[in-house]
Amino acid sequence: MNLKNASLSPLAVTRRHLFQQGGLSLGSAALASLMGRKAAAQTKRSDPMAPRPSHHVGKAKNVIFLFMAGAPSTPDLLDPKPLCIQRNGQPVPPSFTKGERFAFIQGVPKLLGSPYAFKQHGQSGAQVSELLPHLTRVADDIAIVRSMHTTQFNHAPAQIFMNTGHQIVGRPSAGAWCTYGLGSDAENLPGFVVMTSGQSQPDGGKSLWGSGYLPTVYQGVELRTKGDPVLFLSDPPGVDRGARRATLDALGALNQQHLDVVGDPEIATRIAASELAFRMQTSVPELGDISAETKSTLDAYGVVPGARSFAKNCLMARRLVERGVRFVQLYHRGWDHHGSAAGDDLLNALPARCKEVDQAAAALVADLKQRGLLESTLVIWGGEFGRTPMNEGRNRSPFLGRDHHPKAFTMWMAGGGIKAGLTLGRTDEIGYAPVEDAVEVHDLHATMLHLMGLDHLKLTTRFQGRDFRLTDTKGKVVTKLLA
Amino acid sequence: MSWLILVLAEVVSAADVPAQPAKLAGDAVALFADRCVGCHGPNKRKGGLRLDAHASVLAGGASGPAVEVGKGTRSLMLQRVRGEGDEDRMPPEGPPLTEAQMQLLIRWIDAGAQWPQTTSTAVIPATSESAHWAYRAPVRVPAPAGKPSKPHGSDIDAYVSARLQQEGLTLSPLAPRETLLRRASLDLIGLPPTLAEIDTFVRDRRPDAWPRQLDRLLASPHFGERWARWWLDLARYADSNGYEKDRGRVAWKYRDWVIDAFNANLSFKQFTIEQIAGDMLPGATDSQRIATGFNRNTLINQEGGVDPEEAFFETLVDRVGTTSSVFLGTTLACAQCHNHKFDPLSQKDFYKFMAFFSNGEAALRGELFNDLHMGEPILSLATPEQAAARQRLEGELAAIDKEIAADTPEVRAAQTVWEDQQRTVDRSWQVLAIDKATSRGGATMSVLRDGSVLVAGKLPPGDVYEIAGRTSLSSITGIRLEVLGDKSLPKGGPGRGADGGFLLTRFEAQLLPNVAGPAVPLVFASAAADEQVSSAGPATLLGADPEGWAIDVEAVAANARRQAVFALAAPISGGGEKKFSLRLAHVARALRGIGRFRISVTSSDDPLFATHVPRKDRAALERPQDRRSPVEQSRLALLHAKKSSFFTKHRERQKAIRKQVGALGIATAMVLQERPGFDRPSAFVRMRGAFGSPAERVFADVPKALPPLPVDAPANRLGLARWLVDEGNPLTARVTVNRFWEQLFGRGLLETSEDFGTQSPPPSHPELLDWLATEFMRLGWSPKAMLRTIMMSTTYQQSSVVKVQHREKDPANHLLARGPRFRVEAETLRDSTLAVAGLLSPKLGGPSVFPWQPAGVWDVPYNDSYVWKTSEGQDALRRTLYTFLRRSAPYPYLVNFDATSRETCTLRRPRTNTPLQVLNTLNDPVFFKAAQALAARMQTEGGASPSQRIAYGLRLVTSRTPAAKEVKTLQNLFDLQRTRLAADGKATAQLLTDPTAPQPAADAKPPIISIAAPEIDRAALTMVANVLLSLDEAITKE
Repeated sequence: MNLKNASLSPLAVTRRHLFQQGGLSLGSAALASLMGRKAAAQTKRSDPMAPRPSHHVGKAKNVIFLFMAGAPSTPDLLDPKPLCIQRNGQPVPPSFTKGERFAFIQGVPKLLGSPYAFKQHGQSGAQVSELLPHLTRVADDIAIVRSMHTTQFNHAPAQIFMNTGHQIVGRPSAGAWCTYGLGSDAENLPGFVVMTSGQSQPDGGKSLWGSGYLPTVYQGVELRTKGDPVLFLSDPPGVDRGARRATLDALGALNQQHLDVVGDPEIATRIAASELAFRMQTSVPELGDISAETKSTLDAYGVVPGARSFAKNCLMARRLVERGVRFVQLYHRGWDHHGSAAGDDLLNALPARCKEVDQAAAALVADLKQRGLLESTLVIWGGEFGRTPMNEGRNRSPFLGRDHHPKAFTMWMAGGGIKAGLTLGRTDEIGYAPVEDAVEVHDLHATMLHLMGLDHLKLTTRFQGRDFRLTDTKGKVVTKLLA
Repeated sequence: MSWLILVLAEVVSAADVPAQPAKLAGDAVALFADRCVGCHGPNKRKGGLRLDAHASVLAGGASGPAVEVGKGTRSLMLQRVRGEGDEDRMPPEGPPLTEAQMQLLIRWIDAGAQWPQTTSTAVIPATSESAHWAYRAPVRVPAPAGKPSKPHGSDIDAYVSARLQQEGLTLSPLAPRETLLRRASLDLIGLPPTLAEIDTFVRDRRPDAWPRQLDRLLASPHFGERWARWWLDLARYADSNGYEKDRGRVAWKYRDWVIDAFNANLSFKQFTIEQIAGDMLPGATDSQRIATGFNRNTLINQEGGVDPEEAFFETLVDRVGTTSSVFLGTTLACAQCHNHKFDPLSQKDFYKFMAFFSNGEAALRGELFNDLHMGEPILSLATPEQAAARQRLEGELAAIDKEIAADTPEVRAAQTVWEDQQRTVDRSWQVLAIDKATSRGGATMSVLRDGSVLVAGKLPPGDVYEIAGRTSLSSITGIRLEVLGDKSLPKGGPGRGADGGFLLTRFEAQLLPNVAGPAVPLVFASAAADEQVSSAGPATLLGADPEGWAIDVEAVAANARRQAVFALAAPISGGGEKKFSLRLAHVARALRGIGRFRISVTSSDDPLFATHVPRKDRAALERPQDRRSPVEQSRLALLHAKKSSFFTKHRERQKAIRKQVGALGIATAMVLQERPGFDRPSAFVRMRGAFGSPAERVFADVPKALPPLPVDAPANRLGLARWLVDEGNPLTARVTVNRFWEQLFGRGLLETSEDFGTQSPPPSHPELLDWLATEFMRLGWSPKAMLRTIMMSTTYQQSSVVKVQHREKDPANHLLARGPRFRVEAETLRDSTLAVAGLLSPKLGGPSVFPWQPAGVWDVPYNDSYVWKTSEGQDALRRTLYTFLRRSAPYPYLVNFDATSRETCTLRRPRTNTPLQVLNTLNDPVFFKAAQALAARMQTEGGASPSQRIAYGLRLVTSRTPAAKEVKTLQNLFDLQRTRLAADGKATAQLLTDPTAPQPAADAKPPIISIAAPEIDRAALTMVANVLLSLDEAITKE
């Protein structure tokens, strides 16, 4: 680039400047992909979220990750085990549990057969429990992965692991990596949006959507469900749109005058950011205005206008993806069903949680499909780990529940290049550990990035003298999952 | 190492003298780590080649074996580093290998291409010349002489100028005085200068005007606040424990210690020693103990189910990582699981370092499944008055305890009476005569002779029992449900569950009319049982979301009687027979009904009295006192003390006194405390870093690649502290001055200020970095002297204007041909905003404060037992570093501006520039309140005309005299807004209303604000001030 002739217009300088600010340098591979192709040069936008070409052509453009925080009891939802029903209440064979540690189980744990009935659904014959009646309607559109496993067995570290590829806080989340690698097509909205619903906050806190050592511009922006959806979005009382426009004009003019004097390109970035802020003040409320949605759409999701719910967030996820937002993550909490009380057991609490998410999650898949968005949108559903095939019985609790279990759990995915109707992987006869096609969290990440057109080995950033990636030192693309 | 020596060595080696393969191997591996492993290592493996493990080196890559053992000059590796053939010379980046380095490779291959024995990375003592630059002691190279293009004040300028000359650049002219003072003021006290301060400096023609300003600022008490802000990021200071529960903690005494230490200009040596091991200094003062809070700022995991030992291990891991990163700029944390991939740090080094922290006081606190964690010492910091008051109150508590525990005839008599009452409590209960008992699920129910009901036959899940009965008792205060054993039940009962248990989830009662009329549902005020499992007790049946009542079936005598009592909210009185209907429901879908039960009623004043002796103590109660074991006897005495009405007054008095103790508000600090009479501190190596895989035990020591502990330093935490700041330590002084430089210039001389290892890029000015490090030590590690030295340089005082040649040759300003210019950090930004608005409180120190924040920010986290109660008065407008930092929900403004939640130490804050920041400075009610206050200042202090007022505001915010064009731009805005507001009284009133004040009720009448010309002016000026506070220049140091 000929810097001598580069003008000081905001658009010309910020692109280059992006790579210099903050003392952070992009990994060389990412840099090559950002700078090397023609498409990059042609982009009109100059902000750090400007769309960037991928490593290869990816089928998915967007991700919607439905994160079921607390870890759903997938033995009761998606991975039936007749043997556990047969041997309900019997001690688990010691060969499974020798040397194992549990969070709460003490003594010899006893097998717990699922109290819920499973049936096969769709042409694919996917096995789904009676707790997820709506999911069965899209059984042929999803892929069920029964062989997930992780290394972490407490909520906070496991959620951080599922989001950042490492159990200790401080690394960038998957959404941050995606926007760092690809930018976002949404010009007037953040590229990575997070919404929460449910009973309690995800244990991992805001680090779950943090940017780690990537610039903070890539961290997830929480759309709040109460008050301003984005903090400080509303103008103060007494400032109307005209007044805000006038203040921004004056602000831009003064900043431009100062840029002419001191020549610091950072000022140009700031001018561009002010204009985006102004546009967001219109685009974010427009995003949240669901009055234009038809009644049948609202009913399909189960949205009650005015109420905060997972259903509303699912609908919002579709609206975000329609507007080009790269990565949407919805947290629904309260899946930690230990059976230590009625509020966290399999007979009361699990059905209640399923009721809150089943209809809307299935409706989201169907709605995306109907609108032709499912092909380019990867939907992921799941929690941070699994739950034991055994009853927990903490303090001899009379309620049914399962303890944390990192060795095996089930997730489902749909769209974005995922092979529909597939059930991948198999766990052993009691569901203790995968015995076929085991998928580790880093494999999930590698696959997700692959579908987005990103090579998980090349998407790196240098920090403390090392190239870091989402998949840490592991990860392989699960080719069987690809359509 | 000179080329000549190597050649000589080559000659000697050729003469078949053993070639010291171990040393060669170490040097070769160090060279690989330094120059090759970035591409040929675990992450990239270019050309299929890895040079970080012996086997891979011998195996070679896609082009074949890299080395031919014994044939150094002919090996492919040598061809590549020499750039022979068609291929690019290796390494492709940076300078080519020196001849000496190539000779080293030849000799290493000739001698067998061996690998170091012990670890996969070589340990090269810091004294070795082949050690990485940062592990060698800084050397003071004389400042370059030469002919700089303009006069320079200091050695710093000589180093910088010499480097610039190579690029054909020169230092920029000095920045204008007003810019300079603003720069220094933001850097030293984190606040912009006042107009009076600017005028004084601009008019000061004395030659030492600049150092006078520096000295004034260095002496300000706000100096400590600004530099504590910096240190608290490194110290990961916060006011909560982190993780899921994220409970609050009292930690501010440590924060104040840091402020005081900077204000007192504590030498960095002492500053370090006290934080690492202040408790171990002879005659340690409270202040020195508080300093150890540095390593108590770690998170505490109170999530249920966490293994406290493992969680504490993670705490120690964090202490190792933070201490090594902060003081040594070293990523020792990378060696937790394996030997460091690049730097000469072994996994053992990590655990040896951990051992330094393994000998502190720590004990289990909390209870199983509830808050269980390793608790470390809390230092109570009572003032003498508080201490006296506490002592008096604790004395009173002890006296009451003594009264209760006293073995006096009165107490003994009272206990005897109480025990008699307990033994005969059944006499106050009358069994309900059962008219009808049915099971909804179809079980068979039969009434036994003792009035109890036995359930048999069909065993339906979630059964519901419906009972009707009558009593002649005249006044009724409570209903009792006894569950009883029976031979017919599983394991003898009392439940029908396979284990003899049950789970009752509903207990409802109705009073039936004698003649006609509706049934009256009975309301219970309280409930208790003489046995329950965990939290599943009858009291939960009274709430909306009942857990239910279950008993401990695995305890001995499972089939013994238990009782639950439900006390009526209002007694039922009136003579004659009374009829009741009752409903007992059991947990849905499960087979856990009650097997045998009996209902009775009482007219006792205290129906729950029957449950005061737990079921498991009842056997002892039934025996005479002389036939009880001492344990049984004392348990009953304790129960008596806790429950008997004889001591009600005592208990109430104690409660009141405890409240008084809490109200004393005694400050505490979290500190480290070494266990007395310690052995040599040790730790276990953990395989793959996993807590569950302990291996070899190692003893406290410093990493091998660095100089050893000073000879007179003990191998404990105090020894570590002294080693960190020993003059022989090559890292600490370098790391620290680099951070000072980073604070002032926006970037360290070594850009990766968090990592001085082999993978860091070389410093932009290595000699200058060493000069600063040695100068820091020469100045007695004085922070103030060091900062003053840097700020006296021309390099610091340059104009930050970016010229064409700068953008061309050094766009990122690595070479320092211009002064620093960057957006100030979050805290400085908010403090400056409040300061120019005239709102900022100057109060120093004290407990953390709760300034206005948007509603709902604290709604989200898991534990809502504490709430954000907005501070009042000046505490609402304190400097930002006093804001309460809850890790799971930090102050949203701070997050918007790149401050972190401090879960781990923040070694370097990123600096972003986002639309959310614009929204923040424009619309955050705190910022808008500041705009209102600034507008008021402009109106009252700025002069008579709008343009004067606008120019005044511009100057307040930017510290410089504005250009006419700038004033004109804002004057246009002012005119436009004035016109709008003159026609819109409501908007004017809104613009003059404090947006952080509590919102008036929806139906409240709006306050009457008289709106005349001055008010309209002020509202229009508020819009101008809103722009001013969002200006790039307002939030930038230039």
